[in-house]
Parts: sequence; structure tokens; C-alpha cells
Amino acid sequence: MTIHEIVSLVQGKVLSGKITQEEGIEYCFASDLMSDVLTVCRSDFMLLTGLSNVQSIRTAEMSDLKYVLLVRGKTPPQEMIDLAEDSGIVLIVSPYSMFKASGILYQAGLKGVF
Amino acid sequence: MDLTFQIQGGDFTSAGAASSQVRRTLKELGVDASVIKRVVVALYEAEVNIVAHAYKGEIMAQISPERVFLKLTDEGPGIPDIEKAMTPGYSTASQEVREMGFGAGMGLPNISRNADVFNIHSVPDRGTTVEITIQIS
Repeated sequence: MTIHEIVSLVQGKVLSGKITQEEGIEYCFASDLMSDVLTVCRSDFMLLTGLSNVQSIRTAEMSDLKYVLLVRGKTPPQEMIDLAEDSGIVLIVSPYSMFKASGILYQAGLKGVF
Repeated sequence: MDLTFQIQGGDFTSAGAASSQVRRTLKELGVDASVIKRVVVALYEAEVNIVAHAYKGEIMAQISPERVFLKLTDEGPGIPDIEKAMTPGYSTASQEVREMGFGAGMGLPNISRNADVFNIHSVPDRGTTVEITIQIS
């Protein structure tokens, strides 16, 4: 699924990084627990989280992830956006809840990592 | 190559900065991505532990062509029962730590899982020392 499709499906807004028309992702992992995210061995997934602080970006960086989707319409602190930009991470915000965003994306074909 | 970082307890904004620097260094050295991930996940969990539980600490990273050796030493309350602390799901983390996305009792098991050699030594009311070795070749 392309990142543009994902952004459109969750009525998202891209706050950091640039995305091309072609780039996409196949897997997603949804969690507010960063240690849970850090247990995932693979790196080809998007992180969907409600955790609106720098540690979700740090976790994405350590996990070698490129995409973070922040749900529940939260306004991330500027330091979080700046860190995402510096780390080359695409930060997307969505007004939807984690459940709703997960459901829409799963139905559209995004796969769970387990 | 030796890298040293000073870590301040309670400074959640900077938590992960040392791990990020080690990650950048390993990438510049051309280390395999799967090895880098194991190193930085273990180091990041340990770094967050210092920020979450200790007053202050130091991270030393020794990088050679064969292995990465990490030593984290902190001054803090220590861990009274290491076996219990190693149990997945067990945590003494504060509400503030949990709000940062940590404190679910997965940190030490995560470190152990990613390390080839993992040693932890703690003296209550003094502090904790963690040693992590990950083979590169």
C-alpha cells in the first residue's frame, strides 16, 4: 500500500519528511508501549501509536523504521517533529482513534507483523 | 573506537541521544543493519533505564571490528532483586516513565534477548552496572 493511500485513508497530515508517489509499506504495528515495538525484529513496518512525545520517534529510529502514524488527533510537540525531521522519519497525524485507524488500514490490505 | 556519554536521571527529552549517536557511528562504519538494530535496541532500553530509575549514569561503548561492548554504570537506588526485575512484565517504573511509553517490564528481557553476553550487577542504594556484548563478525 502506498504511503499516499495510507495518508488519504486515515485523513492524515504529513508533518515531517517527504513521501514519493511510489513508496509504500506492507506491514503495521500498533502500540503505545515502546518496549513492545522494540521486540519486533523486522524493520519494514509502520508504527501506529498514540504516544505523542519524542520517545516514539526515538523508538522508530532505533527500530530502523521510516513511518510513524500518530492517532487521536494529537498535536505533537515541536521537538518531536524536529527529531522526526532530523532522523529522516515521516511523521503522519490522523484524527482517528487507534482502533479506527487500525481497522481501516487492515481492511485496506495493510498486514500485521505477527 | 571508544565513545563515552554522561546520562542525567529524569531527562526524558534527551533519553536515547547516546543510542542515536552509537547508531550513527555504527552506520558510518558499515556494520550490518541487523547487528546495528540489536545493539541500539539493547542500548536504548538500558539508557532509558538510567533516565527512568537512576540519578545519573555513564555509557561507555567500545567498538571493534569483532564486537560492540557496552558498559552502563549508574548511581541510583539499584535493583534489590535482579531475578524479579528480569521477569517480563515486572516493573517499578513511575507514572511519568509509563507516560513516556516505557515501564511495561520489558526493558531488561529486551536487552538480554539482543545481547550475546549480558551481565548485570547491582548494589541497593548505590547503583547498577550493565554490560552488553554483541558480536559483529
